[in-house]
Amino acid sequence: MKNIRNFCIIAHIDHGKSTLADRLIEFTNTVQKRDMQAQLLDDMDLERERGITIKSHAIQMNYQYGDESYTFNLIDTPGHVDFSYEVSRSIAACEGALLIVDASQGIEAQTISNLFLALNHDLVIIPVLNKIDLPGAMPEEVKDQVVDLLGCDRDEIIHASGKEGIGIKDILDAIVERVPAPKGNPDSELQALIFDSVFNSFRGIEVIFRVYNGTIKKGDKVKFVATGKEYTADEIGTLRFDKEPKSEVRAGDVGYLISGIKDAKEVKVGDTITHRDKPCSVMIQGFEEVKPMVFAGIYPVDTTEFEDLRDAMEKLQLNDASLVWEPETSAALGFGFRCGFLGMLHMEIVQERLEREFDMTVITTVPSVKFKVNTTNEGEIWVSAPSELPDPNKIDSVEEPFIKAQIISKSEYVGTIMKLCMDKRGILKNQIYLTSDRVELQFDMPLSEVVFDFFDKLKTISRGYASLDYEFKGYEESDMVKLDIMLNAEPVDALSAIVHREKAYEWGKRLCEKLRELLPRQQFEIAIQAAIGQKIIARETVKALRKDVLAKCYGGDISRKRKLLEKQKKGKKRMRQVGNVEIPQEAFMAVLKLD
Amino acid sequence: MHIYLHIPFCKQACYYCDFHFSTFLSQKETVVEAICQEIRLQKNYLKDSNISTVYFGGGTPSILDESSLEAIFSTLHQTFTILPKAEITLEANPDDISVEKLAIFKKFGINRLSIGIQSFHEPHLKQMNRAHNAQEAENCVKLAQDTGIDNITIDLIYAIPAPNHQILYSDLAKVEALNLQHVSAYCLTIEPQTVFGKWTKQGKMPNIDDDFSAEQFSILTESLERMGYEQYEISNFARNQHYSKHNTSYWKQEEYLGIGPSAHSFNGFSRQYNIANNTKYVKQIEAGLIPATLEVLSKEDQINEYLLTGLRTIWGCKIDYLDSILGSSFLDLQEIYLQPILQAGHLEIDQHTLKLTQAGKLFADRIASDLFVEE
Repeated sequence: MKNIRNFCIIAHIDHGKSTLADRLIEFTNTVQKRDMQAQLLDDMDLERERGITIKSHAIQMNYQYGDESYTFNLIDTPGHVDFSYEVSRSIAACEGALLIVDASQGIEAQTISNLFLALNHDLVIIPVLNKIDLPGAMPEEVKDQVVDLLGCDRDEIIHASGKEGIGIKDILDAIVERVPAPKGNPDSELQALIFDSVFNSFRGIEVIFRVYNGTIKKGDKVKFVATGKEYTADEIGTLRFDKEPKSEVRAGDVGYLISGIKDAKEVKVGDTITHRDKPCSVMIQGFEEVKPMVFAGIYPVDTTEFEDLRDAMEKLQLNDASLVWEPETSAALGFGFRCGFLGMLHMEIVQERLEREFDMTVITTVPSVKFKVNTTNEGEIWVSAPSELPDPNKIDSVEEPFIKAQIISKSEYVGTIMKLCMDKRGILKNQIYLTSDRVELQFDMPLSEVVFDFFDKLKTISRGYASLDYEFKGYEESDMVKLDIMLNAEPVDALSAIVHREKAYEWGKRLCEKLRELLPRQQFEIAIQAAIGQKIIARETVKALRKDVLAKCYGGDISRKRKLLEKQKKGKKRMRQVGNVEIPQEAFMAVLKLD
Repeated sequence: MHIYLHIPFCKQACYYCDFHFSTFLSQKETVVEAICQEIRLQKNYLKDSNISTVYFGGGTPSILDESSLEAIFSTLHQTFTILPKAEITLEANPDDISVEKLAIFKKFGINRLSIGIQSFHEPHLKQMNRAHNAQEAENCVKLAQDTGIDNITIDLIYAIPAPNHQILYSDLAKVEALNLQHVSAYCLTIEPQTVFGKWTKQGKMPNIDDDFSAEQFSILTESLERMGYEQYEISNFARNQHYSKHNTSYWKQEEYLGIGPSAHSFNGFSRQYNIANNTKYVKQIEAGLIPATLEVLSKEDQINEYLLTGLRTIWGCKIDYLDSILGSSFLDLQEIYLQPILQAGHLEIDQHTLKLTQAGKLFADRIASDLFVEE
């Protein structure tokens, strides 16, 4: 055990984590050159394209240091706020962390929050200044920031470039020298932390774990403490480039378990694996049920594809346990699913995976957070869809989730960021100058304002410099109302939203304007109205179509024209009808594109 | 049976036109030779060698000189039987029309002229980059009538952006004075691959306003009707049943053979169209090949084509014919689509035939599309 080192990498998106990890893997000859692909750890296409790691993985390397051979377990962590719980569990599986900071960018909010998580778990931090080769690198200034943050010596900071392969040996040596060996007793009761899982369509879920105490052996009868489910360890092993089956995995080490688990819901990150017959007395602390924060309806574009969508959702859930859903019906959209996501990125990922992996085109409705509604007749109820909101006269008060947001930016953008946050009903709590030109701003903000376009806007107004991290703060009372959209006086349920009263007017106006652009002209005029209860707060009109006929139709035009009209008919069939108004799928997404 | 000949040459490009043509006139003789060769190669395309209509379209067929016409006509006569009363139409531009030219047309039996007037309004002609002026537009018709060609049709373009409808009214007054047998009036359409298309994309030219063109369409149909013209197709108007027999064949699913680059042919079950490139066309023909893409029509395609062409005409779509292709009741199959159109007053069923109402004509494409059957 004294030659095992478990570590993770803490870095902001784009600071070069994946490239650096690839270099470590390469340097230790863990993977044959020909198997190397850029950003090896991210094995979903989507991850590689987005350049972010969505699901954490682990990889084992061997490193020769002096006369000793060491086993390194590199535990990869996701880099987005939506997945912060998974990050905390990955961190809990390590004794050390590489803190990677882009020498040209400095420290970002996400880095800081993950760094604090690591410090809270008593991880040894190895600071690494990456991209040192770039012309824009400012090593001395960024070093100041790191020293400020960690209280370390300047010479503890390693200079590196993942791209150029600079500093890789220094990092590997530092891991041996500075990261402590894991503690634990291989002979006591089994206690292994589940920090990740991977879906394998042939063998069921692969559970990734770190053994704290005890030893897990092939064929062992094991039990997951939180779920109480029991399994046989059909195969265990360690993770190299591929799985490497072993007869046992001992305290201190990281490994995988295959026991034919079909449903990802049975594998909860943070759960403890122990032996059925000789269980541990306590589970590893820190277990939490991951709760969805953002809710939206997902509907097939083609109504006949509902069953196909259900199949796709079921398959998706097999390897994404944080996705929850239940069937839902909408007057406008027909049959679909109400889904819960960890955050907006998670929602986008689910949507994209449905499209790419299952070839489904879907309509996603207005995302909503979960509101706590104190009613006059039924007590407290939870509402995560506009349709669930009771009549105003039955509502005593509404509470909405607030977050603590931490934004780090260049100081020149502080003004515009403050304005944005205030516009989003944020309350400034603190402002700290990290260095002369880097500021940390802390806001309390309603989550409902953050779930839309906040992150994109923040990036835009700060030219990409600002970074955001947040944690859940609690529920607070807010003046929320249900805003309805009507087309020729018929309400379109899929376009309703729960919004703050002060924002309702602006919201309604912009949505009506957007819909006017997106609704095709029909043979009659279309009135688009936004309303709170009976009160109309905005209106737009789509003029009637006067003419739909092409000038010429001769021998050479017939084929082309037939194809054009066939396409029109297909397009029309994909539209949804509310009253006599036909609504194209883009219109349902309009809310996401307001501005 | 019908023959269409595409003459793919123009002196200059009109800014709205996206038909296939070339201004590279030195290629003319070679292409005419290839056209003659194609006529011979396609001898057996049509079931019947008796030809009742011949149509020279383009491009600008009036660009052809006597020897070219001689070559084409002698090949046609050697290959097919042109019936004695056949309608032989040639599209002519006003600036090509002269006493001499008209005499040549007559000599070869051309008995119907389709003159590309487009507008009598000088600024509009300039705007569209037409080769003729307003005076030529009026004169050429009279010249043709004096020569004794008594079946004349002109092309007009309406909905050209204008502050009001005055120009259209004055154009229509000139039409009335000319005492024509037939008028084709086309709403200006902005095609992407044209100068107008580029200008519209760049914001230099407004897109055609829907309300404006709908108003112009009404003015046009009402005025022409008052002058005694019958709107027998959305864009075609005839007096005393001087319908274009050739064009009518397209709308009645009759068979036709298209000759020349980009020309389309139809034999009842398939359509084919020649390559829209003069050089490649000539090369293939010289090698004894027809450079065409073939498209076999499914029964759904046949129904849909009948709907999209038939509904535009006064003859409408015969329900029995639709049923016979479909093999079951068309009305039953399409009832959910049919009802709203009937209720809107855009369509009527008259003597077991589907016909657009006057209001329905403005929505002909949408209605056809709604009634399309799917595989």
